[in-house]
Amino acid sequence: MPRVPLTWLADHVDVPAGLTAEQLAADLVRVGLEEEAVHPAAVSGPLVVGEVVERTPEPQKNGKTINWCRVDVGPEHNEPGGAPRGIVCGAHNFEVGDRVVVALPGAVLPGPFAIASRKTYGHVSDGMICSARELGLGDDHDGIIVLSTLGIDVPVGTDARALLGLGDEVLEINVTPDRGYCFSMRGVAREYALSTGARFTDHALPTPEQEAPATGGVEVEIDDAAPIYGVPGADRFVAQVVRGVRAQDPSPQWMQRRLTQAGMRPIGLAVDVTNYVMLDLGQPTHAYDLAKVTAPVVVRRARAGERLVTLDGVDRVLDPEDLLITDSPDGARAARVLGLAGVMGGGDSEVGESTTDLLIEAAHFDPVTIARAARRHRLSSEAAKRFERGVDPRLPRVAVAKVVELLVEHGGGVVDAVLTDVDRTTAPPTLVLPLDLPGRLVGVPYTADEVRETLDAIGCEVGDERDGTVEVRVPSWRPDLVVPVDLVEEVARLRGYDAIPSTLPVAPAGRGLTHGQRTRRSVARSLAEAGFVEVLSYPFVATEQLDALGLPADDERRRTVRLVNPLTESHASLRTNLLVTLLDTARRNVSRGQSDLAVFEIGLVTRPAADAPAAPRLPGGVRPSDADLAALDAAVPAQPRRVAGVLAGAVEAAGWWGPGRRADHTDALAAARRVADVVGVDLVVTADAEHLPWHPGRCARLTLSDGTLVGHAGELHPNVVATLGLPARAAAFELDLDVLLAAASGEPLQALPVSAFPVAKEDVALVVPSQVPAADVLDAVRVGAAAGPAGDVVEDVRLFDVYVGDQIPAGTTSLAFSLRLRAADRTLTAQETAGVREAVVAEAQRRFGATLRA
Amino acid sequence: MTDTPLSPLDEAGIDVAVKAALAAFAAAGDLDELKTARLAHLGETSPVALANRAIGGLAPADKGVAGRLLGAARGRLQQALAERQTQLEAERDARVLVEETVDVTLPVGRHPRGARHPLETLQERIADIFVAMGWEIAEGPELEAEWFNFDALNFGVDHPARQMQDTFFVDPPESGLVLRTHTSPVQARTLLERDLPVYIACPGKVFRTDALDATHTPVFHQVEGLAVDKGLTMAHLKGTLDHFAQAIFGPDARTRLRPSFFPFTEPSAEMDLWFPQKKGGPGWIEWGGCGMVNPNVLRACGVDPDVYSGFAFGMGVERTLMLRHGIADMHDMVEGDVRFSTQFGTEI
Repeated sequence: MPRVPLTWLADHVDVPAGLTAEQLAADLVRVGLEEEAVHPAAVSGPLVVGEVVERTPEPQKNGKTINWCRVDVGPEHNEPGGAPRGIVCGAHNFEVGDRVVVALPGAVLPGPFAIASRKTYGHVSDGMICSARELGLGDDHDGIIVLSTLGIDVPVGTDARALLGLGDEVLEINVTPDRGYCFSMRGVAREYALSTGARFTDHALPTPEQEAPATGGVEVEIDDAAPIYGVPGADRFVAQVVRGVRAQDPSPQWMQRRLTQAGMRPIGLAVDVTNYVMLDLGQPTHAYDLAKVTAPVVVRRARAGERLVTLDGVDRVLDPEDLLITDSPDGARAARVLGLAGVMGGGDSEVGESTTDLLIEAAHFDPVTIARAARRHRLSSEAAKRFERGVDPRLPRVAVAKVVELLVEHGGGVVDAVLTDVDRTTAPPTLVLPLDLPGRLVGVPYTADEVRETLDAIGCEVGDERDGTVEVRVPSWRPDLVVPVDLVEEVARLRGYDAIPSTLPVAPAGRGLTHGQRTRRSVARSLAEAGFVEVLSYPFVATEQLDALGLPADDERRRTVRLVNPLTESHASLRTNLLVTLLDTARRNVSRGQSDLAVFEIGLVTRPAADAPAAPRLPGGVRPSDADLAALDAAVPAQPRRVAGVLAGAVEAAGWWGPGRRADHTDALAAARRVADVVGVDLVVTADAEHLPWHPGRCARLTLSDGTLVGHAGELHPNVVATLGLPARAAAFELDLDVLLAAASGEPLQALPVSAFPVAKEDVALVVPSQVPAADVLDAVRVGAAAGPAGDVVEDVRLFDVYVGDQIPAGTTSLAFSLRLRAADRTLTAQETAGVREAVVAEAQRRFGATLRA
Repeated sequence: MTDTPLSPLDEAGIDVAVKAALAAFAAAGDLDELKTARLAHLGETSPVALANRAIGGLAPADKGVAGRLLGAARGRLQQALAERQTQLEAERDARVLVEETVDVTLPVGRHPRGARHPLETLQERIADIFVAMGWEIAEGPELEAEWFNFDALNFGVDHPARQMQDTFFVDPPESGLVLRTHTSPVQARTLLERDLPVYIACPGKVFRTDALDATHTPVFHQVEGLAVDKGLTMAHLKGTLDHFAQAIFGPDARTRLRPSFFPFTEPSAEMDLWFPQKKGGPGWIEWGGCGMVNPNVLRACGVDPDVYSGFAFGMGVERTLMLRHGIADMHDMVEGDVRFSTQFGTEI
């Protein structure tokens, strides 16, 4: 993101003396430019210009020779009495009389490296004579800086921090994607002026001469055979030649300093000047070695199979959508690729040692074309960043003029009198703005004059009012202003968001939470009260995790949605069940020493259909047809909401009261039943011997009464438990909450009256074949009791004892039930209760050949 | 006591017997001793009982005198016995209670309570705040069509903002599916499904390709708010945000809007929260984004922007939880360590 050196900003706008980066950030954030960072000054403390007045070489025992110097650093900094300071210096590239940069005790150099007076080589060295590298000005460590070689001539004692720009704070700002013009000092200065009222000078408005057509320079053609969305890849191309330039000379110190502050590395005059103008005005430009370019220069799309080695040394295969700058060697028009337009130049036409003549390009490219190319080639260059956000189409001539001016000034040479300007740009749009719209949308009663003044200030031309509306011509540097509400935002932000009052809107009466939302809360709350701790896990899973559950190859739970760009390559699938990620969470807890564990999670899983259609690509800004909306919905995979829980270790703690109790399959089942009870749905329980990751003999399949699967509960398979490193006999459940909620009526329950007549208790022990499930026997008891002569008088049936042993035949089990009987309208007689008992036995006898236990 | 039976007319003798009985009752130290004393002094062979029985053999003229004498004596003894009985029972009961004393400070956590995850309870709390204003709670899928996540929200296919979202894309890329990068697709779904006006909040899970560190997580939660009605302004947005901030952070909370950019709102704003507990002193901290619903979004959802306007906002639930509860590291919220959730219990 752009960095704003304060002294550079001052070229464009009046800034108060002593402006700090902090204050600048506060001023800019008001108008929407957020602070990203403040980069502190490179050097703090005293750094001054000194003159070497004495230099005594002193050979040392270690073979080195040091210089014992006396340096005049001016009356303010010299020793008391005015004597020059004594400083030891290891470099030798200077003479008595040279002016140098001296860091005095108290200074802090980049590193940070604090300077102090210290004893060394038998002297007290009272400061340091600095090299460029020690000051963070470059890699040059051949010797200390001799100011005369930089063309600097200032008196001794001068503050060298200001002289070399080492005392500047730099503010880095965060520019939102709509405000491309703030990728320049010009744009940031304009916003600063809008925020503070400071005087702004626009250095980039074209002169009338620069607005006039220009031909006669290097021949340029824009030939885009495949515009994207009908917008040509380039609509302006300015080219001008400068001859006899020392293109590889170092750029001037001030320019290097500003580039460094802005986060770019100085390279050589030609490149530095183009970068400088881009940072200053916002217009990317490019310098070609004219000797390596053959007219005509043609802007066109790439052909299949073309390649380009870009300046970063990467050999790239080009895409037919890439926009190229090409030239025409040997009369072959547009045959050679010079660069990827608006993104990066090619190595072939790069400015080199032998370059003397330069072709300067400044163009205006289509943001979509550049954005796609930058993305396709993963090349987010400084130029691409600007073009994809939109560059002022009136800038190219101004930018080229600035580039050639700087080149000639610092590198000599002569500018060609003629230049080329292929200009197919169109005027910025005119928007029709109802003058009351800003007030209506923002809630602040802006006057027509306030609206007008604000739009004037950002560079709009506002026409006369007609029927409450005005025509607004937006400035060329604001391609983001496209519709009237864009102007509303400008008014709101520049009149200040803090002017907006705070008014609570009155919504129409609502219906509260839905039945499903309330019930889900109850489920979670109920599990928490039952001892489970709620956790959340990421939905990303690896194939190995599904393997760990022992899922067969053709299991539906292996049909996953996969991500193109997962965070870790192995975890590319989305979970198809909750347990797969919840078990991972359980394992993490166990490995952290939580060996007694009950956790649950409520969340979505993704269950893609085997042959799901792709979602249609539809445009924004228009309501899709009902058919298109249906197609969108059909493409989105089912994402049922599940609830799952895992129990491991003790479910009841051991303590002074006695031993604890280890969690087992009954706890998982009880939790599942609790969930169904909360929702208000009866579950049918059957054994399921084939549903991993559960134990084949200890897994319950839970369904609705119509057979719809709700989920499973029971003990986990010992292999799974071992693989996951969980405590033995760990148990788990997983239920589909959506299925349960759909089965609940949500209608008000119709209450049964409470009978005040006495209860009758009857115990029945039935001996049945051992393979008969208890649930079936219980059902028989219920059905049988209801069919008794007294009518349905069963209040409750409880299985209270299960017996297998010597007192009954081998292969049978005795199940003892306790019945509570009560009639609504009378006291039951002994005969009636005995009748119930007989009916129960008869039903069990009929179904299973059961007998009454003697 | 003499071996000769007590005469029913021997007033002095009866008095002696009564005194002896009273002394025995009083001397009984517990209920067993009292029983022994009762049998001795009121039992069938006790002097008083024998004397009473002898009344039948007296001359008719004496019967009345003797009956009164012995009736009074027995009455006195019965009363004394009952009093002593009550007294001794009370003493026994008190002693039993003392003997049954246990150490009530012994630990009792046989069935520890579980806990909710605070991110979930916070989302429920937030939902309650909006429901109290008459808003409703809307939900949508986490794996979402790109159209809902981007196009409907005015993110152009080539707009840099679409790249800023760090999106998880579904394989193959032609599927047109993404993990939703924000809860905003629910805006579009709601406007397409419901009648106007609409006032909804949408808490939910969202996804960005940020690796987990102290301040980032690839899976996090947002709460989205959307109101579309006639005559809504940014002032209503500000009012809603201020109320929300105060409901969550207390009566001194306030918000500040700063100009920003989101494709689906215009004007757009970043929302800052005044945070007295900020490290290094009270100050503003970023809490979320908001703005007036872009007319293009309304059109994509079949709403006429010339008739209706709306505002929308969104903020991170993790960030809210971190600020509210002084949580320094994102890891604690996402790793599923039960020790984290357990601190919070079931309310927040």
